[in-house]
Amino acid sequence: MRQFKDNLFRGLLWLSAFLSVAILVMIVGFIFYKGIGLISLEFIFGDYSPTGGGGIWPMIITTIYTVLISLVIATPIGILAAVYLQEYAKQGRLVRLIRFATESLTGIPSIIYGLFGAVFFVTTLKLGMSILAASLTLTIIVLPVIIRTTEEALKTVPRSYREGSLALGTTKLQTLYKVILPSSMPGILSGIILSVGRIVGESAAIFLTAGTVAAMPDSILSSARTLTVHSYLVTQESGDIELAAAVGIVLIIIILAINLSATYISKKFNKATNK
Amino acid sequence: MEQSKESTSIINVRDLNLFYGEKQALFGVDLAILEKEVTALIGPSGCGKSTFLRTLNRMNDLIDGVKITGDIVIDHEDIYKTNDVIKLRTKVGMVFQKPNLFPMSIYDNVAYGPRMQGIKNKKELNKIVEDSLRSAAIWDEVQDRLKTSALGLSGGQQQRVCIARAIAMKPDIILMDEPTSALDPISTLKIEELITNMKKDYTIVIVTHNMQQAARVSDKTAFFLNGEVVEYDDTDNIFSTPQDQRTEDYVTGRFG
Repeated sequence: MRQFKDNLFRGLLWLSAFLSVAILVMIVGFIFYKGIGLISLEFIFGDYSPTGGGGIWPMIITTIYTVLISLVIATPIGILAAVYLQEYAKQGRLVRLIRFATESLTGIPSIIYGLFGAVFFVTTLKLGMSILAASLTLTIIVLPVIIRTTEEALKTVPRSYREGSLALGTTKLQTLYKVILPSSMPGILSGIILSVGRIVGESAAIFLTAGTVAAMPDSILSSARTLTVHSYLVTQESGDIELAAAVGIVLIIIILAINLSATYISKKFNKATNK
Repeated sequence: MEQSKESTSIINVRDLNLFYGEKQALFGVDLAILEKEVTALIGPSGCGKSTFLRTLNRMNDLIDGVKITGDIVIDHEDIYKTNDVIKLRTKVGMVFQKPNLFPMSIYDNVAYGPRMQGIKNKKELNKIVEDSLRSAAIWDEVQDRLKTSALGLSGGQQQRVCIARAIAMKPDIILMDEPTSALDPISTLKIEELITNMKKDYTIVIVTHNMQQAARVSDKTAFFLNGEVVEYDDTDNIFSTPQDQRTEDYVTGRFG
């Protein structure tokens, strides 16, 4: 009987693992099956044409813009905020409150951020439906992610490093710069990579702040559509599942490439610092 | 502590009390530490010897809620009255219980302190690194691999590089907080030899759990118990003819 229970449990574990992998394979398989026929150099690098047959290059460019702009703003603010909370602030009620706020922010549905962005950046700041308005909204979305992961990374730096550095007559800033930040780099990087995934995958908030113009953006003040928004709209407007799936393939490949480069970079960093 | 010795003392501690929040950890400590001698601080766990050591370079400042009263005068300056902690710590180096080299090369570890002081000249740095590693008796073992990670060394080697890193700052005083507690007997012996050789150039204050170690390396010994200094005298006297019953009980191994 005990043996039977043990085997049953094993079976359950195996089944759960199998199911989760199987579902992933099915989704990816489905997307590839539906969309692979459309993938060509022309499709990826071609300009969009509303009459069909065009490419998605404008959406790729728009996606890259939003990623770059959001990260350029969110990364320094996020890292500085985390350093303040973890290294400088007196641990007390205020810090707890700020932590609680950042944690809560990660749980808010992105459509809410989109609404805020549409009201504040688009209307109040008069940025209009634009890549900039969307990027600023995305900045707010990923800021808590960067703050949290950076804080966690800072926490893993051994106390003995700090003591060792300070005991050599260094200032707090020197210790931070030369010892603490380099040691927590892999963690900080993984936070940034996570944010890239979040930005590339976001659709609702971008839809409400960047609009849906399907053309190569003239500047960051132009309205434009990202890959995810494009995928959503073609399904919605024309029911063209194949086109949406083809966009999906490009998205999956981008995310995969980002994740692989993230593991590669953090491995390299670990080698540089530990070996 | 006769008057004649008082004159050569480099650290003078008077009526030092230390509190962790509400809890008092040091009670009215008076101690005069002599220049270019090795002073050992012994006592059972939790007696305050490490806490005391860490007041000498103000490492306790890093802990929230630590309050200190009394005076510590190092080199004619009350270290709790000046605000220049940085200068104090360049003068008073420290070696910790476990080797705590940074994840950098051996060279960068030793050059770290001088670089942070603003020394950029390569030749000068090379000389400091070599001299420091030689003084720490580790140069021969690492001279071919200065650019490799310091964390690839054995524990004993790492601890000697830690000592070199402290020496690179050209301090007057080096504090050692149980520097051999994480090491094997052979590495321990090497460090003890090193300490004996170092005292011609530096004043050394060493916390140790190991009474044989205190007897082997130190000139003076202070016995701490429950946050107080019970007895402070020449090491020979402490171990052969202690004045206080509690000291005798401790050094003969009756408790601790």
